[in-house]
Amino acid sequence: MPHPLHTALVVLLPLAGFVLLGLFGKRFGSKAGLVGVLVLALTTIFASMTAGGYFFSNGTVSGVFRPLKDLSFTWLAFSPNIKIEIGTLLDPISAMMIVVVSFVSLMVHLFSLGYMKGEERLHAYYAYLSLFTFSMLGLVLSSNIFQIYMFWELVGVSSYLLIGFYFQKPSAVAAAKKAFIVTRFADLGFLIGILVLSYYAETLDFGTLIQRLTDTQSSYSVGITAGSFMGISALTWGLVLVFAGGAGKSAMFPLHIWLPDAMEGPTPVSALIHAATMVVAGVFLVARLFPLYAFNEVALKVVTMTGLISAMFAAVIACTQTDIKRVLAYSTMSQIGYMMFALGLGAKGEYGLGYTASLFHLFTHAFFKSLLFLGAGAIIHLVHSNDMKDMGGLRKFMPITHISFLVACLAIAGIPPFAGFFSKEEILSTAYHDSFIFYLLLLLTSGLTAFYMFRLYFSIFWRREAHLHGHHGEGTMTMKLPLIVLMLCAVLAGFVPFGHFVSYNGQPLEMHVDLLFSIAPVLIALAGIGLAGWLYKSENDRPHSLATAMGGFYQAAYRKFYIDELYLFVTKKILFNLVGRPAAWIDRHIVNGAMNGLASVTGSISSAIKGLQSGKLQQYILYFFAGIALLTLLLIYRFASMPV
Amino acid sequence: MNAVPLTHIILLSTALFFTGMYGLLTRRNMITMLMSVELILNSVNINFVAFNKYLYPKQLEGVFFTVFIIAIAAAEAAVAIAIIINLYRTHQSIDVEDASELKY
Amino acid sequence: MNLSLLVILPLITTLLVLLARGGGQVKAIALTGATLQLLLALFLLYAFGKERSAGDHSAMLFQANYSWFAPLHIYFHTGVDGISVAMILLTAFVVLAGVLVSWDTSFQTKEFFFLLVFLSAGAYGFFISLDLFTLFFFLEVAVIPKFLLIGIWGSGKKEYSAMKLALMLMAGSALVFTGLAGIYFKAGGSAHSFDMMQLAGGLIPVKVQLFFFPFVFIGFGIFTALFPFHTWVPDGHSSAPTAASMFLAGISMKLGGYGCLRVATFLMPDAAQHYAPWIIALSTIAIIYGAFATMMQTDLKYINAYSSVSHCGFVLLGIGMLTRTSVTGAVMQMVSHGLMTALFFAAIGMLYSRTHTRMVAQLGGLLKIMPFISTIFILAGLCSLGLPGLSGFAAEMTVFAGAWQQPSTAYRFATILACASIVVTAVYILRATGQSVLGPVTDSHYEQLPDAKWNEKLAGILLMAGILAIGLAPFWLQQLVSPGAEQIIQQAVKSVTIK
Repeated sequence: MPHPLHTALVVLLPLAGFVLLGLFGKRFGSKAGLVGVLVLALTTIFASMTAGGYFFSNGTVSGVFRPLKDLSFTWLAFSPNIKIEIGTLLDPISAMMIVVVSFVSLMVHLFSLGYMKGEERLHAYYAYLSLFTFSMLGLVLSSNIFQIYMFWELVGVSSYLLIGFYFQKPSAVAAAKKAFIVTRFADLGFLIGILVLSYYAETLDFGTLIQRLTDTQSSYSVGITAGSFMGISALTWGLVLVFAGGAGKSAMFPLHIWLPDAMEGPTPVSALIHAATMVVAGVFLVARLFPLYAFNEVALKVVTMTGLISAMFAAVIACTQTDIKRVLAYSTMSQIGYMMFALGLGAKGEYGLGYTASLFHLFTHAFFKSLLFLGAGAIIHLVHSNDMKDMGGLRKFMPITHISFLVACLAIAGIPPFAGFFSKEEILSTAYHDSFIFYLLLLLTSGLTAFYMFRLYFSIFWRREAHLHGHHGEGTMTMKLPLIVLMLCAVLAGFVPFGHFVSYNGQPLEMHVDLLFSIAPVLIALAGIGLAGWLYKSENDRPHSLATAMGGFYQAAYRKFYIDELYLFVTKKILFNLVGRPAAWIDRHIVNGAMNGLASVTGSISSAIKGLQSGKLQQYILYFFAGIALLTLLLIYRFASMPV
Repeated sequence: MNAVPLTHIILLSTALFFTGMYGLLTRRNMITMLMSVELILNSVNINFVAFNKYLYPKQLEGVFFTVFIIAIAAAEAAVAIAIIINLYRTHQSIDVEDASELKY
Repeated sequence: MNLSLLVILPLITTLLVLLARGGGQVKAIALTGATLQLLLALFLLYAFGKERSAGDHSAMLFQANYSWFAPLHIYFHTGVDGISVAMILLTAFVVLAGVLVSWDTSFQTKEFFFLLVFLSAGAYGFFISLDLFTLFFFLEVAVIPKFLLIGIWGSGKKEYSAMKLALMLMAGSALVFTGLAGIYFKAGGSAHSFDMMQLAGGLIPVKVQLFFFPFVFIGFGIFTALFPFHTWVPDGHSSAPTAASMFLAGISMKLGGYGCLRVATFLMPDAAQHYAPWIIALSTIAIIYGAFATMMQTDLKYINAYSSVSHCGFVLLGIGMLTRTSVTGAVMQMVSHGLMTALFFAAIGMLYSRTHTRMVAQLGGLLKIMPFISTIFILAGLCSLGLPGLSGFAAEMTVFAGAWQQPSTAYRFATILACASIVVTAVYILRATGQSVLGPVTDSHYEQLPDAKWNEKLAGILLMAGILAIGLAPFWLQQLVSPGAEQIIQQAVKSVTIK
């Protein structure tokens, strides 16, 4: 029987790990990693117990899952109604998320033991990982919208620290900075969204917020619908702004530019933060507030379209990149696009299928995507390069990595019976029920997915015979074990009856795979794989000539459609040169100049009149008597009539 | 007795005052300036005595003031001459133009 | 508890400093004095909490009233509410940290510590005064030492900066005094009172308020970097020695904020309502414009100085918004910014004393060489950009939440702009940290430089403890400050309902 304290321990254990490693990490030396793993193992156990307890014993009331709110204490009260109450909220999605987060984090901790071996600042690395895990678990368990915002910022900063872990590399520091600033910009929307929603709902608590704003009879709901700015209702503004925060964290178009650069961090970090957990926080946020979104057509439309555009956009770019981690980064963006898309359609169709489909995809994606990244980590560990041009024929050198990578690629491509097939199937089915155009676009994207994943796979493991001299093998046991465990997950996760646990209204949702419906997606995925094999399985000049034939489009995709350049133009040219520089100039020359000018005017007046103080006695006498004469005249002519 | 009218005395004192004033403003020699100041003071004395006599013949305030002024003038002359001597020691001159250290 | 102790203790310390022989003794006495100050301040917090929980809800606690100059009705009237207690705590923290980081002063040690401790006496006196004249007296006490501290122990164009600072602050004082004199003579009746508690009861006619409010507010505003009177901030900070910078930004700028709140807003609520749009406009400009100007700075001290302009804008914004939450937030921001900026200046001073440069471009990779100093530098930066768990977040969010309670669209717009500044803050903070403590080591002779010494570590840890105490558990500060803010706001709200 899970106790509220268990839930709290899930969050507090990694925090304890962070404090321990942060303050005394140096004492542990190379044992710091073991400490980190131990703490995470305990966390995972508690998380599983909590989630298990929730799903199988105390979560349901007559078959319907209900949210469990525990341990709330007032952290900061803005006003009697609007206060930040720190607490934990267990419901199907958060229970699912704590398991995913702690499990993937444990795998990454374990993998890092081998990957980061010999690193001088190992304790700092594990401290940051613990900080991240703490923040992420705190985020998913938040019971208060402001609490989620706080943890939201904390995951942002731990991501900053981890991306910039190799802080002596300028590119790493720049990437960390970029990630932080772009997400910060998005969080601005989130913050204002919170302010808007809480102003009308007069609460920050999730449950109360949703209940008050969805009850059309209540004065709160009437207020927020009536309140409008620029012709758009306050509810829409609030929800779209909150979604902007989510889109930033989840690297949705056009706020995605930080994600590929974030790959500067150590690869296990990318697996944890930039693939499986933090980047899906946006999806989680929308899911958390889903009843509210379901209430607002416009906001849902924004979510859907952002997801769809991101999914396609990223897939196209992923086909042209050569840095393996960047390919994976774009594929992450694309997959999260799928999730957002499905979530946007979650309120429609049969029993909110999109909602379940989206979170199901989140669930399976966490496993196969972290597996892909860890695999990439193992490869980079061996080859010491991120570029697929330096790879090829590696299947003989790293059999376990090879198999697990292949499984993950099949999973993401949507080939049955691997995990991705099931979740993608549900998403496609959601799209099909909504609009045939959406369905076709997504189908095309899933073909592209299969193509670029297998382009990656063939380029790394086939293409040519490798000649590696003096390599140090596939890696330690601690590196192989997570690959194997995650591979099993990538195979089996699809068979979880996800709809029984996570659904729109808490009631079990029966998901079924329609064999006839599956034919088209599987065929198109196989076509993508076939094309990739034809182009990349062996060395030939077909890819090159194809790229030349595509001409400008290929170049544009390779250059990521010039979005980075656009941002750079806006920030460097406009903000720095047209705002920052003039502001600094005005301050130094005009505002400060005015102050200095005042001083110099005073000075020059004083030097102009100082001549009166000539030191000549007789002049003084003259002034003196002239003054008396003036006063006398004044007295006589001006005031003579006055009574004395 | 054909008394001297007040106007005559005031004219005299005015003449004395402006003579003193002229001396004070034009002479460079400090001793001469000091003498001019004495002239001015004396013109005031004359005024005091004359007005006392003509306006309040039964009272003596004006006369007392005159005595005061004479005493003060004496003290002032002593102080002024001491200053002039010191000035002479430092500047080797008693020309007022030479002592302009007190300018800005 | 006798509040005069807070003034007497530093004065005794200064006396002993003057009598001491040799630098070692001077430092020991100053350190002891500063530690006692901190203990006293903590005791005050404890005593205050005890008194409040015992059910004493009077506006000001521990009041004492001595006649100072009876013919002009000048009294040494002291008393504290939660706001004052918070400011006194801040002062004590910064003073102790300032003494600690100045441990290596070797030039004119005695005079240096004398001035440092003397300044704190002025600050304490200011925060406990309930009499306008006494308050003004202590304000002046706190200004003059700064001129000497910068002029004598400063660096760069120190004479220029010291002069500029002193003149601008004096101009502020002059404005304040004009306002105070106006209140004194024009307040209702022929009372001619300087007593704040008396004056606060709506004794000042609206016309008088409208006329004198700008004097007082702008006067105090100059202290707290009100746009466009903030130009002493960058010059003053950049030339000042480390401890003086810490005092300047950590305490002195807070004198202004406290004055704007306690004197201007509290005594003249109608005028505060009337001028609120102006205050909000100016503070929003300061926030945004300060942030953008910071972005272009290349000297670490200039970066922090300009960011102070931006951050103190939040204080004024909170005051201008006139809601209980926003005023609470303004006070929290004062405390938070005081600690954070002191920590930042301390870290910059430590870096400068080792590398002899403050230019961002010349630094680099220091995290590896000086882990402690670089860590507190980064933490101060993260606090500045509002990371949850550090004090800046709680304070800024309280200001934003309070500001949003004003339903007017223009005010909302100002709030959004202010919120947007946190993005710009992230840009310049990350630029500064990214280039100076991260990245490759730019100069090989940095490799040999030592990390922080005991005194520097202690100072860093002390300020960090304050930041964390607010950041991790902001509720205590909020509960401490909120009743005081409530009292100030009630005046303003009352004046609205009358209209």
